[in-house]
Amino acid sequence: MKAAVIVFPGSNCDRDLAVALENAGADVTMIWHKDTALPEGIDLIGVPGGFSFGDYLRCGAIAANSPICQSVIKHANKGGYVFGVCNGFQVLTETGLLPGVLLRNANLKYICKPVELRVATTNSAYTSGYEKGAIITVPIAHHDGNYFADEATLDRLQGDDRIAFTYVDNPNGSARDIAGILSENRRVLGMMPHPERMADPLHGGTDGAALFRGLIDQLAHA
Amino acid sequence: MKARVHVMLKNGVLDPQGEAVRHALGSLGFDGVEGVRQGKVIELDLAETDEAKARKTVTDMCEKLLANTVIESYSVELA
Repeated sequence: MKAAVIVFPGSNCDRDLAVALENAGADVTMIWHKDTALPEGIDLIGVPGGFSFGDYLRCGAIAANSPICQSVIKHANKGGYVFGVCNGFQVLTETGLLPGVLLRNANLKYICKPVELRVATTNSAYTSGYEKGAIITVPIAHHDGNYFADEATLDRLQGDDRIAFTYVDNPNGSARDIAGILSENRRVLGMMPHPERMADPLHGGTDGAALFRGLIDQLAHA
Repeated sequence: MKARVHVMLKNGVLDPQGEAVRHALGSLGFDGVEGVRQGKVIELDLAETDEAKARKTVTDMCEKLLANTVIESYSVELA
C-alpha cells in the first residue's frame, strides 16, 4: 500500500503521520506542496496537522490553493483515499472535498489535551478497525476546531452515516459534537483529533492505531 | 486602481471573537453595545485601470481565496 504525505510550510505533524502509516505497513513518500504531481500508484494521501502558511487568511485556505492540492483533488475525484488530520481537515474543507468549515473554538482558547471520542460509524476503511460506539482517547491540539455547516448539510451528514467520530464532551463548540466526517464515497476523512499521536505505546496510548491498521488492511486487499 | 474587500461572517454564524470584544467593551464601561461582529478588510493595489474588469477579477479572487462563502460574505469597493 502506497501513501503520500503532503508537507506545507508550517506542517508539524507530517512525520508523525508518516511514522504511524509506516508502522501500520504503508510505504510512505513525503511530497512538498510545490510539487504538482504525485508519484505513480499512490493509494492514500495524508494531509497532516500543523499551521500551514501560519494560518494566515483562514486556516488551510492558502494550503488548499497550493500547487499539489490540484492533484489531491483529482486523486479524490478518481475515488482515491485522502486523510486529513487537524490542519489537514481544515485544508480539505477549504478545497471543498469535505463540506462545512472549522471556526475558532467557541471558548476562543487553544485546546491541547487528550479527549474521548465516540466511533460514530464503522462503515469506512478508517473506522472498520473499531467497534461501533467504542470510546477512544485521542489528543486534540487546535484553536480552530469548531465544526460548522448549515442545518441541511448536518442533516445530510447524519442521515448518510458520514459522521465518523464525535466528541463525548464537546470541547470546542462543534455542531452536533462532530470531530470527524467522511466524504460521500466514504474515502475522504477529515478529523480534528490526532490519531497519529496515539498510535504507539510510547505515546501513552494506542487508541489511534486501529485507524491506521484498519485503513491499510482494507487498502491492501482492495 | 485600488480595491478594498470587506469580508464578514454571515448572519447566523457564531462570532466568538466579536462576542469577546463586546464583553470587553462592557467591562470598560461602554454600555448599550448589543452586538459586535468582527470582519476583515483586505486592500489590493491593482495594475488594472478598467473598473468593470477590476471588479470581475476581485470578485473571482473573493470566490477562490479571499472569502470562504460557506461562512463569509464579501463586498468590493473600487477607487
